Amino acid sequence: MSDSHNLRAKTYWKENIRIVLSLLTIWFLVSFGMAILFVNILDNFHFFGFKFGFWMAQQGSIFCFVILIFIYVYKMNQLDHKYGVDEDQDHFSPDNTYYKNEESKK
Amino acid sequence: MDVQTLTFIFVGVSFTLYIGIAIWSRAGNTDDFYVAGGGVPPLANGMATAADWMSAASFISMAGIISFVGRDGSVYLMGWTGGYVLLALLIAPYLRKFGKYTVPDFIGDRYYSNIARLVAILCVLFVSFTYVAGQMRGVGIVFSRFLEVEITTGVLIGMAIVFFYAVLGGMKGITYTQVAQFCVLIFAFLVPAIFISMMMTGNPVPQLGFGSTLADGSNTHLLHKLDQLSVELGFGAYTAGKKSTIDMFFITAALMVGTAGLPHVIVRFFTVPKVRDARISAGYALLFIAILYTTAPAVASFARVNLINTVNNANYKTTPSWFKNWENTNLIAWVDKNQDGNIQYLAGKAFIGSPQFIEERGAEGERKISNSLTESRNELYIDRDIMVLANPEIANLPNWVIALVAAGGLAAALSTAAGLLLVISTSISHDLLKKIIFKDITDKQELFFARAAAALAIIIAGYFGIHPPGFVAQVVAFAFGLAASSFFPVILMGIFSKRMNKEGAISGMLIGLFFTASYIIYFKFINPSANSAENWWFGISPEGIGTLGMFLNFIVSSLVSRITAPPPGEIQDMVDDIRIPQGAGASYHHLKS
Repeated sequence: MSDSHNLRAKTYWKENIRIVLSLLTIWFLVSFGMAILFVNILDNFHFFGFKFGFWMAQQGSIFCFVILIFIYVYKMNQLDHKYGVDEDQDHFSPDNTYYKNEESKK
Repeated sequence: MDVQTLTFIFVGVSFTLYIGIAIWSRAGNTDDFYVAGGGVPPLANGMATAADWMSAASFISMAGIISFVGRDGSVYLMGWTGGYVLLALLIAPYLRKFGKYTVPDFIGDRYYSNIARLVAILCVLFVSFTYVAGQMRGVGIVFSRFLEVEITTGVLIGMAIVFFYAVLGGMKGITYTQVAQFCVLIFAFLVPAIFISMMMTGNPVPQLGFGSTLADGSNTHLLHKLDQLSVELGFGAYTAGKKSTIDMFFITAALMVGTAGLPHVIVRFFTVPKVRDARISAGYALLFIAILYTTAPAVASFARVNLINTVNNANYKTTPSWFKNWENTNLIAWVDKNQDGNIQYLAGKAFIGSPQFIEERGAEGERKISNSLTESRNELYIDRDIMVLANPEIANLPNWVIALVAAGGLAAALSTAAGLLLVISTSISHDLLKKIIFKDITDKQELFFARAAAALAIIIAGYFGIHPPGFVAQVVAFAFGLAASSFFPVILMGIFSKRMNKEGAISGMLIGLFFTASYIIYFKFINPSANSAENWWFGISPEGIGTLGMFLNFIVSSLVSRITAPPPGEIQDMVDDIRIPQGAGASYHHLKS
């Protein structure tokens, strides 16, 4: 492996870690933060007929989890593309054939 | 048509569908058998993962538990969904890039050690068997209640069906059957929820109905009404918590981390063609899971209000037929303590232990029990597991909805059982036989062993379903605790730390396992009477101790790896390689040979 290649891989990995850590911070805040540690404080606020802390614990946190994963997918696809490591560049990959087969079935 | 005929039709049609799919998608080689040839489209994988994940516990038990414990039930809601964020961000894409069949494969290769592989195999087997016993039991309960056959017959029918498509179809058969099972189970869960939400609040969306005002003209919010009723009967407000904050924190964390470390879930991400597909299919999976998981708390509160309104102070003789049906299945019991012929439902246990029915009938025609009674004025015992199954009957929904729920419960239990059985058979045929004992068997022989192991696993699981060991409920904490304290840290560091070596990983896994297992065994089996908050370490219950075990694992493995030799160069290159998505298809086809 050449040095420039190595360097690119390193900065790719650093950016990857940054994305993951920022999303995990939100993950922690909406579940452990809002729905467990501060749930009683948030219960003083009302939200569509729910106490807000209770709603976060039984509904809100789950919605946030789903959104977080989709943001991650979007961000990572962008990052892969920026560094040219996305799998569309695997010319020899058998997966391409698989997709072609799928398309021809339609 | 009566409920029984309808149930026969619904269950019969869904089973035919599963078998048809299995024949259409049977496995031809080990690649098909283990990872469905690595060619499952992400959306299908998302549905299959959701069905794999949502077991009899999610479908039948979870809403029931929440119904009885209120806000504290959030540990399951958040724990069993939040884990997917960890899985998607920290594990699934990298293990897909690694491109092999199993979790022990990754641990054995990354830590260049067959001891590590063996520890992983033992954990996989323990976790999966624990889990599968509960599923077969769920199948038995649904059959015995709705089709009025013996639990044993029910379990045998379930075994035969799973045997057919798991042994024949392997991962390929299971994946496409799970897609069908997901559709059946989500439909079966939503239909009654929508009906009940409409009836009680006028809002067809259960997630919104749950926060709306009651449709009875009183203009009070459903949750407010529920809080009032619960406080009146001495249960404490439904929307307030009873567990300590630290215990809530640790249990939620153990369930989340355990979810991300469960082998039957991780292995699903080996079946998609690309790293990018692994990421997005984790997103689809959680989206599909969230449909059920955000409906469950709504169902829990509707069922609770309905239950209290229907049974409290009702005359036993005039109770609806579901009450007596479930009494006949041993899951409801009533003792007329004050001999007024009415059911008093209050906080506290009506008697000690689970009901021991005797032949004799009481003055009102109720089944008598031989348990010793408590001081409490409460006269009613209700098993939490019946809430979802009985909910349509309690709410007087049409018979076809009741039959649909039965088919949904079976779909949930069977799909999870199949996924687990596959993991068990793979770890025996691939990890144990192919990688450790008989290294030179052919693909055909390996496939034969995989099928034989699946068949054997079904028989063992069926045995546990018919003769459930008393500890099944207790060992669920075990499964998550062990996955959290053993697999998760080792997999995570295998990807994110290049310095982590064999010595560190093995000592970390063993310490995590040993610590977590001893804590749970002590409080659940050796000294159950001491199992209360004042004796727990830092107030952490056995359900949450896996989190502490995980921290110990991280600390011990980091320390040990610092003072021992770093992993060899080719392992460090391998870690570099799995961090980059490019070439997943190639690495997969290269490595497996």
